[in-house]
Amino acid sequence: MVEQILFYVISTVLLGSALGVISVKNSVHAALLLVLTFFTAAQLWILLRAEFLGIALILVYVGAVMVLFLFVVMMLDVNTEHLKEGFARYLPAGLLVAAVMAAQMIAVLGARHFGLDKFAPQAELPAGYSNTEELAQLLFSKYLIAVEVAALVLTVAVIAAVTLTLRKREGVRTQNVAAQIAVKPSDRLRLLKIPSEGSEVDS
Amino acid sequence: MSSSIPLSHFLTVSALLFCIAVAGIFINRKNVIILLMSIELMLLAVNTNFIAFSRYLGDASGQVFVFFILTVAAAEAAIGLAILVVLFRSRGTINVEELDSLKG
Repeated sequence: MVEQILFYVISTVLLGSALGVISVKNSVHAALLLVLTFFTAAQLWILLRAEFLGIALILVYVGAVMVLFLFVVMMLDVNTEHLKEGFARYLPAGLLVAAVMAAQMIAVLGARHFGLDKFAPQAELPAGYSNTEELAQLLFSKYLIAVEVAALVLTVAVIAAVTLTLRKREGVRTQNVAAQIAVKPSDRLRLLKIPSEGSEVDS
Repeated sequence: MSSSIPLSHFLTVSALLFCIAVAGIFINRKNVIILLMSIELMLLAVNTNFIAFSRYLGDASGQVFVFFILTVAAAEAAIGLAILVVLFRSRGTINVEELDSLKG
């Protein structure tokens, strides 16, 4: 009973904050509402006994991706009034498409095919069961290559993000360490042969 | 048998979340940042589906899949925002209507 009440409360907050994300004027508010959406989604996942992924969603998304979003939103000086033009123009089309899609999906995903009689909920997990341990067993045995590929994807993403945003600035005096190390005595000191007057007299 | 929430309820919630994201793409056509946020919402809906099926079928492989989707989505968000920053630096706008230099 408690679980059902929790489910409906969490789902209401989830859908409400998602509606807020797409409808508020200010991009910063949209980002903050998206944080709330991710947070409630994580609660929904934990309700489905996926604790590891729920915590990972909070850590990765709320902690890293959304902070990145907020940084970008605040860094770019965006004229929000101008960007909201056409909101009313596209609203009917957007609502129509969304309503049709929702009706179709709910017709298919309804209780007729995915109800309790078709998919009975799994029995309560035994005491001492660790979701993290089970995932780790799978990740590092059956899906080991996929984990390596995921690591590669993340590395490529880091390099791509850095090289895209790196900017060479002109007229900045920086230290060129390689040139400093490679310098030879002849580059720094020049010996000139200057004939002295005395030697001329002697000869 | 403590939880008696049918699977269809979870699927319906994530279907509604997906539809909200689609509507967001339609009505925020000018703001690239909100478009990226809508894509994140779509991925969240898909992930919720995966986890719901993983729970009701008793197979943890669905959660492994969500793990990889999260990885790719994080990479996508980082690169997308980097492209956005470069775009704003060179063009001074992120309005989709004005970004039409590839149009013939």
